[in-house]
Amino acid sequence: MSKIIKNLKQFSTSNDRFEGAHLLCPGCAHSIIVRELLNCTDDNLVIANATGCLEVCTAVYPHTSWDASWIHIGFENAATAASGAEAMYKTLKRKGRLKDPDKPVKFVAFGGDGATYDIGFQFLSGAVERGHDFTYICLDNEVYANTGGQRSSSTPRGSSTTTTPAGRVSYGNKKFKKDMVAIMAAHGAPYVAQVAPNKWKDMVKKYQKALATEGPVYINAMSACTTEWKFPSQDTIDVSDLGTDSLVFPLYEIENGHKLTITYRPRNIVPVRDYLGVQGRFKHLFKKENQHIIDEMQKAVDLKWELLQRREEAGI
Amino acid sequence: MAEKLELQEVEVWDGNMAFAQAMRQAQIDVVAAYPITPSTPTVHGYAKFLADGYIDGEFVLVESEHAAMSGCVGAAAAGGRVATATSSQGFALMIEVLYQASGMRLPIVLGLVNRALASPLNVNGDHSDMYLGRDAGWIMIDAFNAQEAYDLMLMGFKIAENMGVRLPVMVNQDGFITSHTAQNVKPLQDEVAYNFIGEYKEVNAMLDFCKPVTYGAQTEEDWHFEFKAKQHKALMDSSKVIKDVFQEFETLTKRAYKSVESYMMDDAEVAIVALGSTVESAVQAAKDLRESEGIKAGVVATRVIRPFPFEEVQSALKGVKAIATLDRSAPGGTLGMLYNEVSASMYQSEHRPVISNYIYGLGGRDMTQKELKEIFSDTKKNADAGKLVTPLQQFSGLRGPKLSFFN
Repeated sequence: MSKIIKNLKQFSTSNDRFEGAHLLCPGCAHSIIVRELLNCTDDNLVIANATGCLEVCTAVYPHTSWDASWIHIGFENAATAASGAEAMYKTLKRKGRLKDPDKPVKFVAFGGDGATYDIGFQFLSGAVERGHDFTYICLDNEVYANTGGQRSSSTPRGSSTTTTPAGRVSYGNKKFKKDMVAIMAAHGAPYVAQVAPNKWKDMVKKYQKALATEGPVYINAMSACTTEWKFPSQDTIDVSDLGTDSLVFPLYEIENGHKLTITYRPRNIVPVRDYLGVQGRFKHLFKKENQHIIDEMQKAVDLKWELLQRREEAGI
Repeated sequence: MAEKLELQEVEVWDGNMAFAQAMRQAQIDVVAAYPITPSTPTVHGYAKFLADGYIDGEFVLVESEHAAMSGCVGAAAAGGRVATATSSQGFALMIEVLYQASGMRLPIVLGLVNRALASPLNVNGDHSDMYLGRDAGWIMIDAFNAQEAYDLMLMGFKIAENMGVRLPVMVNQDGFITSHTAQNVKPLQDEVAYNFIGEYKEVNAMLDFCKPVTYGAQTEEDWHFEFKAKQHKALMDSSKVIKDVFQEFETLTKRAYKSVESYMMDDAEVAIVALGSTVESAVQAAKDLRESEGIKAGVVATRVIRPFPFEEVQSALKGVKAIATLDRSAPGGTLGMLYNEVSASMYQSEHRPVISNYIYGLGGRDMTQKELKEIFSDTKKNADAGKLVTPLQQFSGLRGPKLSFFN
């Protein structure tokens, strides 16, 4: 059941199931994305967490930040851990062995883009194809942040990372970001969405829809990384605003693999270069010889936005 | 509610069917599995029982063996009975998660139908996969025939789920030789089998929301060592429970199991130590040699591989003059596992026999009576000389020139 927080007082006294005490960097967007998920429901939660920043910062023995059932196995298999737990829940419910059989249980998996786009891609695909009733949330910071800022297949073209550094003869990462939302929609998942923590009302609404959906759900959450995107830690929300308002991270949802709805239309669309300009990872793109990459990115963003609008209009 | 299946007093099953039937009778809550030869019929058998209503559990058909063990870990942490089966490359793929399962103290049961590891690719039976898993922190038990595969699979659940153990258990059987050879098996009736194992008892279940648990936390140099030491202690302590379960099973069925099995060892001067289906072949060779040549030959087999039964090995081999340890796995630049373990055991005893090592049967190469008799005959030479007069490590059954090492 969705938990409705009506006012600030209620918000301040609401029991946090994701504790504030954790080791994430100041300014890390992960905690906002995660806390809102745990706060948006009163249902019991089983959470599977892939290896990554969130995991190493929230469960260092003898401490835990999780006031919910939580499991971490490896880098690649959070979706499968959730699958196994969900299968056990179904069996025990059928056999009448649950302690509180009437209270709903939701299964949620968190993974970074390394865990989701790359090493755990097959595991996520398998779990969604099998139709487990769970919500997978990718904390997409477009880099292997936990291991020292190496590129992932979510890293945008032109980004400087520790394995694709910008240099005398290189503008950084040469590959294009993988379109994970489209790939998950193509699995036929009943609900797929992209969210951003700066648009938290939109994010929470999608979370509640996700948890209410029967079957597998994929949510791609933009998670601005102060350390690897290289911006001051107090600017997380401002950078995120530029991400959504430049349409580099458009917010939309896809139901049943086809019905696309745009959930946020910026009043003033800002140029992509404004978004790039506040991040150290794109600094080198502003050199004369690399300007074409910025132009290319703007074109790609425009094209994607056009595509999303046309798909929404078509309603199929 | 699952339907009961009436079984004959004696059934004709191969090792895979023996595994599948025992898994059915255990009323497992979740099986997550991925097919691989030669363990596929275990999974097929289980699927058919499910399709016919003889099983009331979830069967998660994952996309890889890594996911199979990952699903098992998630399910077991949620709080219920969990098992799977695999072989060879599949086992190699799930290695990462085997360590996670034992580290989290989850009582998962794995039926491992032993097969060689590539490269070169080979679907037949040797013990490379079993050996690969020996440091994973699992209890490892070995079945030498289909009856034992059935019995030990049932006992596997009871050992793993014992409140003093709570460790995963791996039950091994030889690929094809055991897994695909139909033999007479005396099963228990469904109710008797289930009651022997007992109801599953939850420990730190994720689905018990009164007490949320964190599984798979991080520890560094401050706590990791203590965790691993406790895990090792639990594994070492499980040997008593294993013996108790063997005893309880014997009382129920009159079928006796020991951590170390001994055959004709009362007056033996020479002994073969082996695993798997080779044990029965070696017993036959020993019998023949006793009759034809008067060699006092015997056989010792480590039924339990982890925790390694050091003391039982010492007492089983007490009094023998020479031992041949037979390893069915490529040793990778050293002596075979059985050689090392048996030597370590015997070095700690007052009595120190001559010990040699044979690598044999890789990739499913038959172990013949002729070769077993040659090994006994070599070992007799060592016994008579009172020292090693044969090479320390030989390859038995290899075509071409003889190969020996550590000469």
